[in-house]
Formats: sequence, structure tokens, C-alpha cells
Amino acid sequence: MGAVHAESHAGHGGAGHPHREEYRPVFTGAVRAELDSVMTRYPTKMAALLPALWMVQRERGWVSEDAMTEVAQVLDLTPAYVKGVVTFYTMYHQHPVGRYFIQVCTTSPCGACGAEDVVRAFLEHTGTRELGVTSPDGKFTVIEVECLGACGFATPVMVNDEFHESVTPDRVADILSKLE
Amino acid sequence: MGFPHKSHPKETPVLSTHFGDPEARSLSGWRARGGYRALEQALGMSPADIVNVVKDSGLRGRGGAGFPTGLKWSFMKPGDGKPHYLCCNADESEPGTFKDREIMRWTPHALIEGCAIASYAIGAETCYIYIRGEFTEPLRTVGAALDEAYRDGILGKSAMGTGKRIDLYIHKGAGAYICGEETALMNSIEGRRGNPRIKPPFPAVAGVFGQPTTINNVETLAAVPHILTNGAEWYKKMSSSSPKSTGTKLFSVCGNIARPGNYEVVMGFPFREFLHDMCGGARPGHTLKAVIPGGSSVPIQTMPEAEATLMDYEGFVANGSMLGSGGVIVFDDSVCMVRMIARLARFYAHESCAQCTQCREGTAWVTKIMERIERGGGTMHDLDTLLELSENMTGKTICVLSDSCAAPVVSGIQKFRHEFEAHITGKRCPMRSAAAA
Repeated sequence: MGAVHAESHAGHGGAGHPHREEYRPVFTGAVRAELDSVMTRYPTKMAALLPALWMVQRERGWVSEDAMTEVAQVLDLTPAYVKGVVTFYTMYHQHPVGRYFIQVCTTSPCGACGAEDVVRAFLEHTGTRELGVTSPDGKFTVIEVECLGACGFATPVMVNDEFHESVTPDRVADILSKLE
Repeated sequence: MGFPHKSHPKETPVLSTHFGDPEARSLSGWRARGGYRALEQALGMSPADIVNVVKDSGLRGRGGAGFPTGLKWSFMKPGDGKPHYLCCNADESEPGTFKDREIMRWTPHALIEGCAIASYAIGAETCYIYIRGEFTEPLRTVGAALDEAYRDGILGKSAMGTGKRIDLYIHKGAGAYICGEETALMNSIEGRRGNPRIKPPFPAVAGVFGQPTTINNVETLAAVPHILTNGAEWYKKMSSSSPKSTGTKLFSVCGNIARPGNYEVVMGFPFREFLHDMCGGARPGHTLKAVIPGGSSVPIQTMPEAEATLMDYEGFVANGSMLGSGGVIVFDDSVCMVRMIARLARFYAHESCAQCTQCREGTAWVTKIMERIERGGGTMHDLDTLLELSENMTGKTICVLSDSCAAPVVSGIQKFRHEFEAHITGKRCPMRSAAAA
């Protein structure tokens, strides 16, 4: 899963690591205000954890350990607790992924309608070749995903937040050609 | 209606009347279609009267368990001095099921209206709509509809100017099938890992944030405004078989079928006619082989079983399965049942929260054996092992994910044993060799 990028972001703080980028906090200014507003919806601070992690991913593309530490500080949790939650949910990226994160549903109903061929077409046309591996230009990551809840529109494919219905192998090149 | 297809004359569209109609999404469009009159009516009634109407209607939970909705609401004790909560389960993730997705993306205000009525009826000032993270379009449409409802004063500190506070918030999931289990969903709202909780205490006693909570499925809540507007008797009459199954039900149909989509029929509709006529039957040149009628967690039906079924809670049970969520997965003769069941087992292994041993180990073990058989490396003894494992995975865990993995395996071996044996004796998948030839 894009492991090549992961190492440089591990650990805490910037001091003593001259080659390491300074961590830029996510929850400042408007994003902090957004989180404060979300917190009013719940009787506990902890309940804002999933929304806070979504904001991190929106701002940074993935959820680094430094970001987990920041979220923990903001919500009065421990970094270990936050990591425990992050690792439970499949949609939080724990490593950087391609600019276009492509999820192809392969659960049985789609599997019965040829989802495996759709996966093959994406691996081929993106040049990623392997599931979970980011293409050399950093553009694409393709994964198989469990039931996307659109079984009557087999095969559903998500490209970042865009949902494509009834994808067949012959539509794959066209879908990809529209991505910058 | 059979979205994305035209409504079939034998359908009874209630919830699905406006599927495919983008104008129904806006507040003005919804109002023009009669929207929010039921909420206005409800806010003028006593909460107890609303609960009674829903009780009388016979409405049962559409998420899978089929618990009577009015009865569930009546467990919320008024005046207990505690904050009450409503959770709307929009974490639709059961393979084969995609009805709530259509309700949310075409008629978001129907859901909001249902949530608001239910909140008022159970004395809740806050409702969380838990929408799975992958549902980007429903998240957008429900989000936009909520904004409109707030701007218009339908929701908020004084809902429709009545002085009653009704707040509805979306809580976005983050990828976990198990969060569709009611107590896992509550943990997920609280900012925890989505592990199901031991019951009791039940949600009505200690639910989200430890407070009295009612949790209902999207389709259940969307039906409530119609029941209030048209009355319990009207709803009860929409049943052609058992008096315990009333109203209409959305069935999502997928897999190897001529016209996949969502179809709304009255409870008790003949499944034979549903499959072969309404949904167009098998694709040309194929014959239907098996049906999983209620989402992937219910037992597989053979075609004779399916064709004898009346589509209601009792009818599916009488014919070897369950109504579940109404997600109808159809397999034809092009499909290898062993492969389909192996893939379902892999789904459950992936989605197990791993807190119960029987589930954590069982789903992984079943998957390993199923995939070995599918590859042609299985033995006859494996079938006994699978049945024994399934026995140990059923009724022994905190939630029913483990049971759900066992259901297709056990029913698959019972009803399609010849396909398993063909893999074992032929040492390969007979369907794959046929495809390669």
C-alpha cells in the first residue's frame, strides 16, 4: 500500500531531524473552526474523532502518525487511542495514495457480473499492475473494495469521491482519460 | 418503481414513487409532492398517539431483523429525565442491498421527515444519520436537504415553529460493514472502533452515549410519513398474505438477472412472478440457479424454494431463508456457487471486527477452506469441517456477523453439494474449465 512514501512521515516532532519536513498542523483557522462547530453536535469531544480524521484526510490526502497525534491533542485523547480507531476503519489512508484512488467492488454480486475483469482493466490501463500499489507517477492507486452498496449497477467503481455505475472493462480507458 | 427501469404495473410505489426524479430532491420539489405535511400533522399529535399509529400499521424494521417499529419506539420512556437519541442506520453495506441508497439520493427529504417524526415520537432532540463513507452521492444529497430543512425552520431549536428542538446530523462512516450492526454503529458515533456491544443493555436503555436510544433503518423511517398521512389501516391493507407482514417493501435485485434494480411490492407478492416477470427473469440463453433473497447473510434458496415463496417475513422463512434486508442476489448457470460462497466468506473474514474468537478465527478458516475447494485442492472431509465450523460460529458471538458467514456456507453445502463434490473429485472448478474450453 504505497509503502515507499510512508517512512519519511513516521515519528514525532521536528527537532533533531534536519532532513524532516516540519509538521504543519491541520486544525488551524477555518479547519479548526469547522471542527469546533462539529463538536457542538455531540455531548462528548471523543465523538468528533471520525469527523476530525475525515478533515485530516481531506486536507492532507492521508492520516499520518503526526496527524493522529495532533487529533489526539485536540480531542483530549491519546495518540495510541486515535491510532486504534484509524486502523479499524478501511477508508482512512495510513499511507499516501495516488492522486486518484480507485476502488472496484468485487464482492459476490459484482463478482457474478464480471468485476474481476474490471479490476484487471484498471490495473492494466493505470500501469499500477498490482492492487494497492501506486503508479510510478503517483497518479493512481487501485484496490478491490468490499460491497459498495450499488449491486444493481455492477460493477460500481469509486474514483476518489466520484461514483461510477455499471462499469465494464471497455469503459475503463474512457474513465481514466478524463482524469488530469 | 423498478429504478433504473420504468415502474412495472404490478409494483406498488410508495417509497419509490419519485426515484429518478431530480426535482423531488429539493425542498420546494418535495413540498410540491406533499412533503412535510406528515411532520406538521405529527407535531400536532401527542408522541404516544404517533407511536400507536405506527404500532397499528404493523410496520416492521426494514434493515434485516424485522422488529416491530412501534413497539421499539414504545420502549423509550417519556419523562425519564434523560436525553433520548434517534439513530438512523444508513450504513447500507449488506451485499445485494442498495435500496437505502436510492431513498437517500432521490428522496432525501422523505428520510429527514421520517427522522423528524420519529425523533418527536420518542422524545429525542438529536438524531444522527449514520451514512457509510462510500456513499458520496447520498452524503451530498442528504447534506444539501438538511441544509434546506434547517434554513426553512423545519429543523432546529424550534422545529416548524413548535418550540420543540429537533436536530438531525449526518455522521459519516469510514469503511466498516460491521458498523451497520446497531451497537457497533453507536460506538462509531461515539468515536470508537466499531465493535458491537454485548446486549443487554439494549439501546432503549443504554444506547449511544449511554442514553436511551432508538435505531431504525432508512427504509423504515421513510415509510413513517406515509403511514401518518394515510393511516395505519391503509398500510395494513397492503399485504397479500400474512397479517404480520404489512405495507410495501423495496427489494434490490442484482446479480444475473435481466433487469437489476429496485422494485417496490406489497408484502406477500409471489416471488416467482417477481423474478421471472417483474425483473425480466434470466438473461437470454441462461437459466436461474439460486437466489439469496435477503442480503448475503441469509440462507441461499434453490429455484424451487424461491418460486414457492411469498415475499414477506414469514414466506421466506417457510421456504428455507429469510427476508433480511430485501437484497435479492440472483445467480444463473454461468456462476460457480463454490466460488460465490468463497467470495462471500472472504467478505465476512475481511469485515469481522475480530473481538469474538468464533468469528475472528472462524471466518478466516472458512474462507481458507472454501478457497482451497474452489481451487480444486479440497477433500470430502473439508465439507464436514466446514459444517462443524459453521455450527460453532452460529449463535455463539456478540453479534450475528459470524452467523452470517455460516449461513451461505451451510445452505450452499446442503443445497448445492454436487458443485462442491465436483470441485473435489475433479480437482478443479468445472465452471472455469468450461469457460476456458
